[in-house]
This record gives sequence, C-alpha cells and structure tokens, in this order.
Amino acid sequence: MTAPMINARDIDFLLYELFDSESLCNRQRYQDHDRTTFNEVINTAKQIADKHFLPIRNKLDNQQPTFDGKKVHLIKELKPALDALQESGIPSATADYEFNGMQLPPIIANVAGAYLTIAGGTALGYSMLTTANANLLQAHGSKELIEKWVKPLREGRYAGTMAMTEPGAGSGLADLTTTAIKSEDDSYKITGNKIFISGGDHDLNENIVHLVLARIKGAPKGTKGISLFVVPKFLVSDDGSIGKQNDVALAGLFHKMGGRAQTSTALSFGEKGGAVGYLVGEENKGLQYMFHMMNEARVMVGSGAAAIAVGGFQYSLDYANNRPQGRLPSCKDPHSPMVNIIEHADIKRMLLAQKAYAEGALALVLLGSQLSDDEKTAETDEAKAHAHTLLDFLTPIIKTWPSEYGPKANDFAIQVLGGHGYINEHPVEMFYRDNRLNPIHEGTTCIQSLDLLARKVPMNNMLGYKAILAEFTKTIAAGNAEPSLAAYANQLAEALTTLNKTTDFLLKAMGTENIDLVLANSVQYLSMFGHIVISWIWLKQAVIASAALKEELHINEQQFYRGKLQAMQYFYRYELPQINHWSLLLTTLDDTTYQMNTDWF
Amino acid sequence: MKVLVPIKRVIDYNVKVRVKPDNSDVDLANVKMAINPFCEIAVEEAVRLKEAGTATEVVVVSIGDKKCQEQIRTALALGADRAVHIETEESLDSLNIAKLLQKLVEEEAPQLVILGKQSIDSDNNQTGQMLAALTGMPQGTFASEVKVDGDKVNVTREVDGGLQTVALNLPAIVTTDLRLNEPRYAKLPDIMKAKRKPLDVKSAADFGIDLSPRANVLKVTPPAERSAGVVVESIDELVEKLKNEAKVIS
Ligand SMILES: Cc1cc2nc3c(=O)[nH]c(=O)nc-3n(C[C@H](O)[C@H](O)[C@H](O)COP(=O)(O)OP(=O)(O)OC[C@H]3O[C@@H](n4cnc5c(N)ncnc54)[C@H](O)[C@@H]3O)c2cc1C
Ligand SMILES: Cc1cc2nc3c(=O)[nH]c(=O)nc-3n(C[C@H](O)[C@H](O)[C@H](O)COP(=O)(O)OP(=O)(O)OC[C@H]3O[C@@H](n4cnc5c(N)ncnc54)[C@H](O)[C@@H]3O)c2cc1C
Repeated sequence: MTAPMINARDIDFLLYELFDSESLCNRQRYQDHDRTTFNEVINTAKQIADKHFLPIRNKLDNQQPTFDGKKVHLIKELKPALDALQESGIPSATADYEFNGMQLPPIIANVAGAYLTIAGGTALGYSMLTTANANLLQAHGSKELIEKWVKPLREGRYAGTMAMTEPGAGSGLADLTTTAIKSEDDSYKITGNKIFISGGDHDLNENIVHLVLARIKGAPKGTKGISLFVVPKFLVSDDGSIGKQNDVALAGLFHKMGGRAQTSTALSFGEKGGAVGYLVGEENKGLQYMFHMMNEARVMVGSGAAAIAVGGFQYSLDYANNRPQGRLPSCKDPHSPMVNIIEHADIKRMLLAQKAYAEGALALVLLGSQLSDDEKTAETDEAKAHAHTLLDFLTPIIKTWPSEYGPKANDFAIQVLGGHGYINEHPVEMFYRDNRLNPIHEGTTCIQSLDLLARKVPMNNMLGYKAILAEFTKTIAAGNAEPSLAAYANQLAEALTTLNKTTDFLLKAMGTENIDLVLANSVQYLSMFGHIVISWIWLKQAVIASAALKEELHINEQQFYRGKLQAMQYFYRYELPQINHWSLLLTTLDDTTYQMNTDWF
Repeated sequence: MKVLVPIKRVIDYNVKVRVKPDNSDVDLANVKMAINPFCEIAVEEAVRLKEAGTATEVVVVSIGDKKCQEQIRTALALGADRAVHIETEESLDSLNIAKLLQKLVEEEAPQLVILGKQSIDSDNNQTGQMLAALTGMPQGTFASEVKVDGDKVNVTREVDGGLQTVALNLPAIVTTDLRLNEPRYAKLPDIMKAKRKPLDVKSAADFGIDLSPRANVLKVTPPAERSAGVVVESIDELVEKLKNEAKVIS
C-alpha cells in the first residue's frame, strides 16, 4: 500500500471539528451545499491527483521544459492531466454560479488544492495562476475586458500569468522600468523585460494573458506610478477569434531547483515597436490592484508550502513504519529482529517535528482561507470587518511560517529516509526542492517581516495586533479550563507577555532609535510571532482533542486525538521556548548583523 | 430501457482493514467508507449505456442505514438519474439483500440490473446470482463487456480459461468484473446536480420479508502476521531447520 498523501482523518478534524465548516451551509452563498458535497469535491480532487498527476510527478520533475529557440516543449502527459483538471470544474470551484463556479467555500477548495499540490506540484501552477489572473481582472477590469478575457480564462481556453518581476526590480517593484505609451485607439504600447514569469510561454492553451505591471510614460516614480495592463500573447479580435502574435517574445527559460513542471520565463515586450496592452482599471493604480489580490495569493503560497510539508510527513511516516533497521539501545541481541525505524526515539522526534509543523501549518492556512471567506460572507458586517482585520494582520505569517517550516519539515522527511531520502526514487527530496521557493516569491521572508513589524503591527492604532491577541487570550482561557492543558495555556500566556514586552519596546524604539537598527532583526520578530500563532493553533486543537478523549472512544479515535496532544506538547517543549531567545535579540537591539561591515566578509 | 444498479457502502479500499478486538467483525468505526469498487463499475456501465442512448434511465438503490445516502449521492453525481434508499439498521446477508432487490425489481421493472460481482468487505459473490434465481431472470456474471443488442444483451464473461460470451434475453442480470470499465470521478457541476436528483427512501421493514439472518458470523480473524525471521549460525543449522522445522526438504 502506498503512503497516503494526507491523513483524511486530519482533514475531517480540521474542517468539521476545528473550523465547523458544515455551518457554512447556513450562509446564503453556500445554501446549496452540505457536508456530502464538500466531501465529494475533495474526493474528486483526490482522484484527479491519483489518476492524472501522481503518475507523472516524477517525470515532470526529471524532464524540465525546454526551449529550442522557437517553441517551448513540455512532456506530453501534462496537457491531458491539466485538461482533466479543467473539465472537473475544480479551477473555478469558488467562483459565482454565473461564472461557471459552484460557489464552493474557499476552505474546502484549499483542501482540494492540497491533494492536487502534493501530487502535481507546480503543474497546478498553470491552473492556479489562470484563476488568480481571472479573479484580478474580474475585480478591477472594465466590462469589456471581463467579457473578452475572463470568460476564456475561466473556461481554461486561455492561460494567465502575473508579470511583475524585472531583472532590476524583484523585491522592490517600485523601481520597475517597463513602460507603456498610449496609442490613438486607447490601447498602450508596452516595452520592457520581465523575468521569472511563471507559465510565461507554452502551448497548453490557445492564448496567454499576461497581467503586466508597467509605468505609463511620464507617470511618477516609485509605487505611485505603476499601472496594470492586459498583454495577450496573441491579439484577439472583437468576435473572439485569435489574431496575430503580439510583440511578446520568449527570451529564454530558467532552470529551477524545483517546481519544474511550470515554465519560468524571461519575456521581452516590445522588441518590434511595442506590445499591445490594455489598461486595467485606472492609471497608476496597478500595484494597488495587485496588492488587492495579494492576501489571497499569499495565503495560496502558505497553503502550497503546508501541503507539501504534509505530503513529506505522510510519506516519511509510511516509510518509517515499514523500514526495519537497527535495534533499540537496550537490545544487545544480534539474533533479535531489527525494529522498524519508527521505534527509534530520534525518528519519532523527526516525525513529531513534521507533524507539528505540517499539521500546524495546514490549520493556519485553512484559517487563512476561512478568514478570506468570512470577510466577504460572514453573517454580520461586524464579523466581516473582524475577519478582514485578522486576515490582513496575519497574512505575512500565513505566507511565511509554512514557507519557512514547510521546507524544514521536508528536510526531516529526507533525514527519516536516510540515504533513500536523498535519491529521486522517493519524492521527499523533490518536496524539499519544490517547497524551497516559497520563502522567496510573493514577497521574501524579510519583506514579510518588515511588513509585519513596520506596517501591520502599528497600523490603525494596533487594531490587528489587538484583535489577534484577543483570540489568543480566548484560547488560553479554554486551555486553562482543562487541567491537563493548564500548563500549556500558562506557557502561551507567558509567551504573550514576552511578545507584548518585545512589541512595546520595538515600537518605542522605532520613534527614538536608528530605524535601520530597530528593523535589523525583523525576521526574528516574525519568527517569534509565527511561533506564537502556531502554538495558539495547536492549543486550539488540543482543547478539542482533550474534550473528545473524555468520551468512550474507538481505539482509532483515541490514537488520533492522542497524536494531536503529543504534537502540541512537542511544539510547546521543543519549539515555543525559542521565542525567548529571539525576544532577547530584539529587546537588546542586538547589533551584530547591523554593525557587520560589508568589507569584513 | 431502464437500468437498475444496486450499490453497497463498504470500507474504502485504501483503508487498512482491522478486526475488532473481540473478533466479532471487521472494525468499521470511523473508517473512511466508499462505494464498493465493483458497484462503482456497475454505475459507470449503466451511465455509459445511457450516454450511448441505449438506456433511458439509470436508477440506483442502496440498502443500509442512513449513511449509505452518501454513496447514493456519489452514484447520482456519477450520472444516475434517481435513487432508492431501502433503509435498515441491520446488516443483512446476501439472501436478504437479494429478496429486497427482488421486490424492487418487481416494482421498477428494469430491463437490466447491473450489480458488482462481489463486495470487497464480505467477498460473498452471491447477490447477483441469488437475485437471478429469485426473479427468474437470466444472468451474465463477471462481465468484462456488455453489449445490448435489441432485446438481447451479450455479456462477455471472464472465466478461468479465458473469455466466454453469453447472449441473454432481456430483462437480465449482469454482474461486473474489474476490467469492464474504468469508472469516472464526479465533476463538480454534477456533484451539485446530484443533490437535487430524486431520492426515494423506503423502510426495509415495509417490504414484508422475513429479514432474519440465514448465516451467522462466528468469528473474524485477521490473516496471520508473517513472523520475524531468524538468523542461523551455519549452513548446517539452516539445513537442519528446513528439514525438521519447516519440513520443506527431507
Ligand atoms: C520559481 C519562481 C517563480 C516566480 N514566478 C513569478 C511570476 O510568476 N511573476 C513574477 O512577477 N515574479 C515571479 N517570480 C519572482 C519573485 O517574485 C522574485 O524572485 C521575488 O520577488 C524576489 O525578487 P528577486 O528574485 O529579484 O530577489 P531580490 O529582490 O534581489 O532579493 C534578494 C535578497 O535580498 C533581500 N532583499 C531585497 N530587498 C530587500 C529589502 N528592501 N530589505 C531587506 N532585504 C531585502 C531579499 O529578502 C532576498 O533575500 C518568481 C520567482 C521564482 C524563483
Ligand atoms: C549519495 C550517497 C552516496 C553513498 N555512498 C556510499 C558508498 O560509497 N558506500 C557505501 O557503502 N554506502 C554509501 N552510501 C550509503 C550511506 O552510507 C547510507 O545511506 C547511510 O549509512 C544511511 O543508511 P540508510 O540509507 O540505509 O538509512 P537507514 O539506516 O535506514 O536510516 C534511516 C533513518 O533511520 C535512522 N536510524 C537507523 N538506525 C537507527 C538506530 N539504531 N537508532 C536511531 N536511528 C536510527 C537513521 O538515523 C535515519 O534517520 C551512500 C548514500 C548516498 C545517499
């Protein structure tokens, strides 16, 4: 029997015990749904993962896309798999009925996506980017743009990309130089170079719609002068027929450490006088539109990272259950049978770490999906606003924590397999390589930490900060009410004291000290906050688990809940205490890195 | 032409089956359940007959507790038109299932009944044959190909020596083998439609059949675990063990 991709019992736990997803069906938007439709969708995703993506996962990794100077070549098995995915209706599942969606709650779509991500990796990227592209256009495009581009994107006839990054502008998009000049017919001529554009060229679809960030000639410098354009690979006439190739050229492909199913392209716009582009929304608001989608895009990155962590955990768990090697230190008899490595304490440590990271991260990203839903569909305006506040605040953590600890989980998965983890007969080394992108794109870890500390924390008189702390406090109270959890609840309460102290100190220091020095350890602040958020999520799970264990339970159920409690304990004993160290660096304004002279390296 | 497809809710084939500690039965508490794979093949075949224009209506039926409505929903999402749930809390043996189905066949008058050849939990391989006997309809079991031809159905059967094709007069009973087709998965719009398709719930008790069990399960035991190997010190010891313990050489 092969390893499961995900523990289905954990999905049930997260959806129906932790998040009460069934109650979503009371909302008007979801009134046609029930738990059975949710489970059926997840099952369909799992079957597509099993039938179409798992069998080609290895090949996609080993045979990267190639470019012969004219055309991109992908393995031929990819298109049928993506077509099957498209036909299933999953890519537009969360969209409104009128746009061929099924108004599926995002939290359910996230779980469906987890199965697909584990099996298909970045092959799913083609579809996910297309959906993101369509969502962005639908939110900010004119009626004409929506009519012309969104429809074929939703039908999967066209693919979509996000073309932001340039050779000279990655983290700092403010410095991008791609330019747009208005033509007589109100379209624009786009000129410039973009790099790292995922899915930037291929022939999986009839057409590719690039959403390009560019500066209109004469627009202000910095972020205030950036506009967003639709730039298609092929021009499309008003009757919808595909016309001649636009002035967009593939300059080359990048060869990546992981995520090899998806092309990563360098695109030249306007080598022959200017690519035709159509303005989305108003001039100079492009970055704002992009950022509008950013919360969702960042939850998506965290979700991918969490899913791959789960995949590696399940794989290495299965392996450890079946690999006999060595004996326990207490056993001196060479005639005795070897034990399966899962018996070794150190293997249990690495599996527990993975469980704590992966299931903690999965719970966090599902919370992110739920908040992104609640801010639109919660019953009251107050609840919507509250969800928005929490999501906005947590986004840097939802993006970063799974991205940082997902690859760490995968690193442990490799170690559990020993030499077998280092070779490509097992997927764990691929998981690691795939997952390693996540701390880089959609804002690097450092950029997220600056966003958290310098923007999100002080913003609106610390509204978001206070809101999340109130959530922590509620869970601490619930933990304290259960004697077996009181010690952990207290530990979390102490962590909050440390967090408050650290935050107070830093906010004051921002007003009085050298700001470069104050922000020098921003990543430590993000780590600290992230660990506290994950500790909170684990305590929430533990509260449910200990309540469940009070009942007469079937052995499988007992084991499941015991596992939750043990993973929580692991996180509180092995991980949470690290915040004290991070806090120390922060509250002493440790200047080791700041004072390091660039010439001393 | 109406096709009736009985489906059974069973333990998902991916789940590692465990036996209850008291050896009374297989342990089904909180394990993932699914449509029996052979029944799924039966649904697929019926839906294909409908898509080909041969069948006009596909009706699925499941017998069991309320939970088997989940599997009914799956079958409806795969393309069945409507469903009957015969509700009972008892776990019925093959003969009782066949008797209930017989009543339903009388009521629905399908031209074709397609069943799985067996369920992966109890592995009895009886229900289809019993239903054929009770209804007096001809049967084609272990089907790997089903072709309706006018008032006949040609069923290619997987038999020990190879393939055998039988021609049955309709109405007839077919039981599916693994290679008959590869079932589809439900597309999302069909999952939504399934919820709105008609589902008729009847109580098994209302069928006027004596449902007391004809067979009693005495004991369920898991297959013996392979015991650990031993390291022998010498070739002589190995030969000795093979002779006297394993008794595989003399
Ligand atoms: C596989 C892959 C797919 C991608 N897909 C897309 C895509 O589809 N569309 C798209 O537009 N882009 C895409 N990107 C680009 C991605 O978003 C950028 O790589 C990312 O924004 C980082 O920019 P950069 O690579 O130029 O690194 P740089 O910005 O040069 O950063 C290098 C290092 O410097 C640090 N750094 C930079 N600025 C600061 C600062 N102000 N303060 C502190 N530290 C700083 C960063 O944290 C990082 O560690 C993709 C990249 C990859 C690798
Ligand atoms: C690239 C590569 C090159 C190599 N080159 C050579 C070579 O040239 N010659 C050669 O002979 N071998 C070579 N090896 C093999 C390498 O030495 C083994 O992979 C290594 O010894 C680990 O053994 P294993 O892979 O069987 O893992 P296992 O022994 O199965 O270990 C799996 C996991 O179980 C843990 N574990 C195992 N036993 C215990 C125990 N008693 N207590 C606690 N934990 C335990 C391990 O720490 C590990 O985490 C190579 C391997 C690789 C990947």
